[in-house]
Amino acid sequence: MTEPIVMYKDVHKSFGDVSVLRGIDLDIKPGEKVAVIGPSGSGKTTIIRMLMTLEQPTSGSIIVDGKNLWQMEKGGQLVPANEKHLREVRGDIGMVFQHFNLFPHMTILENCMTAPVQVKKEDKATAKKHSIEMLEKVGLGDKLDNYPSQLSGGQKQRVAMARALVMRPKIMLFDEVTSALDPELVGEVLEVIRDIAKEGEMAMVLVTHEMDFALDVADRVLFLDNGVIAEQGPPSQVLEHSENERLQSFLHRFRK
Amino acid sequence: MNNWSWEIFLEAFPYVLEGIGITIGLTIACYLFALIFGFIWTFVRRIPVKPVRWVILWIMEFIRSTPPLVQLFFIYYAWPMVPGIGMTLSPFTSAVLGLGIHYSTYIGEVYRSGIDGVDKGQWEASRALNFSTRQKWTKIILPQAIPPTIPMLGNYLIIMFKEVPLASTIGVVGILQMANNFGAENWRYLEPLTIVAILFLVLSYPSAILINKLERKMNRRFDKKTPTGSKPISKANAPG
Ligand SMILES: Nc1ncnc2c1ncn2[C@@H]1O[C@H](COP(=O)(O)OP(=O)(O)OP(=O)(O)O)[C@@H](O)[C@H]1O
Ligand SMILES: [Mg+2]
Repeated sequence: MTEPIVMYKDVHKSFGDVSVLRGIDLDIKPGEKVAVIGPSGSGKTTIIRMLMTLEQPTSGSIIVDGKNLWQMEKGGQLVPANEKHLREVRGDIGMVFQHFNLFPHMTILENCMTAPVQVKKEDKATAKKHSIEMLEKVGLGDKLDNYPSQLSGGQKQRVAMARALVMRPKIMLFDEVTSALDPELVGEVLEVIRDIAKEGEMAMVLVTHEMDFALDVADRVLFLDNGVIAEQGPPSQVLEHSENERLQSFLHRFRK
Repeated sequence: MNNWSWEIFLEAFPYVLEGIGITIGLTIACYLFALIFGFIWTFVRRIPVKPVRWVILWIMEFIRSTPPLVQLFFIYYAWPMVPGIGMTLSPFTSAVLGLGIHYSTYIGEVYRSGIDGVDKGQWEASRALNFSTRQKWTKIILPQAIPPTIPMLGNYLIIMFKEVPLASTIGVVGILQMANNFGAENWRYLEPLTIVAILFLVLSYPSAILINKLERKMNRRFDKKTPTGSKPISKANAPG
């Protein structure tokens, strides 16, 4: 069996007095596609934000490619990770946000190129070539010199995906990437994610409300409820044959 | 009575104008000092230790709520008498310190508003792409934080220019002091002081117009809500 690329071990998270996640244990295999579903406020976003180092777990540990993300060793003891350690470990992780978060002062091409050049020290010509290829792949080869504000929501989100993909992450996180879009633009974005998923080698964690999409793309679906993984398994089983009542009533609201 | 005399006006003009170098020089020196010191305020205010932040905020508030004139007098007259660290400073240096420090607290606020104006998502995207702290500031945050503050910073330049005559109270001889000297020697104040007013107007009005233009340009910049498929914007317009 291959080593998991990501392991959550008894991860808890509270915001002040509010306990949001109460013991998450989760292994993700390299290349595995995991869809996360659950009611609003159940902690779906929080789970992936902790992996992207945007939120620090209250307790427990997250292992990325064999390395402890939030703790590091210092003089034989585990201490909270500093920025340098976080930078080393999160290099394999990429994320696409609900609200795109493109850099408004850069062109589409610059949005994609900057991180490879600055962070990975790729030479400009190579980074440019890869970025253009990636933008062509998401169908935006003709928009290289446009600014984000000149694009539609669907186009922005495709740029955001290209921007994350040129960093060649081993794990890519998607936080409800279609929920800020007009309904008619959802399709084009899901299409791109399907294409990426087919290529295979990259693990993906997709927080989504699109059940058909989850059924289609995911290897495994997690149902998050009350701060724990209440149900998980292959999509068809979780989405169609689960006995869990809370899950059924949750799904019922989407099946109309 | 003293009636307006063009003769005296023409006589006073070159005399008063001699002070313009000092007035403009002091403005620029104070302004640069405030720009740099303002940056330091912004930086120390971000230190993630509550008591430190609290003390810094208190000092800034103290400086802001004391009149600049009092600060000038303090630095020029009182500072030399402070045991241990006190020293005598030239009028010009005192003015740069006094006005510079006073306005640096406002400029620091301007910087802060610029940084706070950058969307939270930009910080998160910088993390997700694994930029270093330095890259995050130079490539992502500052290029977005600075442009919107330029009009405000420009305004402070004009305000500073108009505050600089305060320095005449501690003996910096700018145009106001020159006009005063002329008045004392010739017992004519109307013409030289009119000249001072005109000089201030001539210098600050065009600057104000320029800043206004700049402001409109900045507001347009991130707001290109042109629909898709529009022609690309040339590189020359690219900010940053
Ligand atoms: N920074 C924060 N400070 C305080 N509370 C927070 C913070 N972030 C999230 N929460 C709270 O944690 C809980 C879980 O939030 P989270 O965003 O993970 O839920 P979610 O499952 O993604 O919900 P949604 O489907 O609405 O996006 C919510 O109750 C939310 O209010
Ligand atoms: Mg969410």
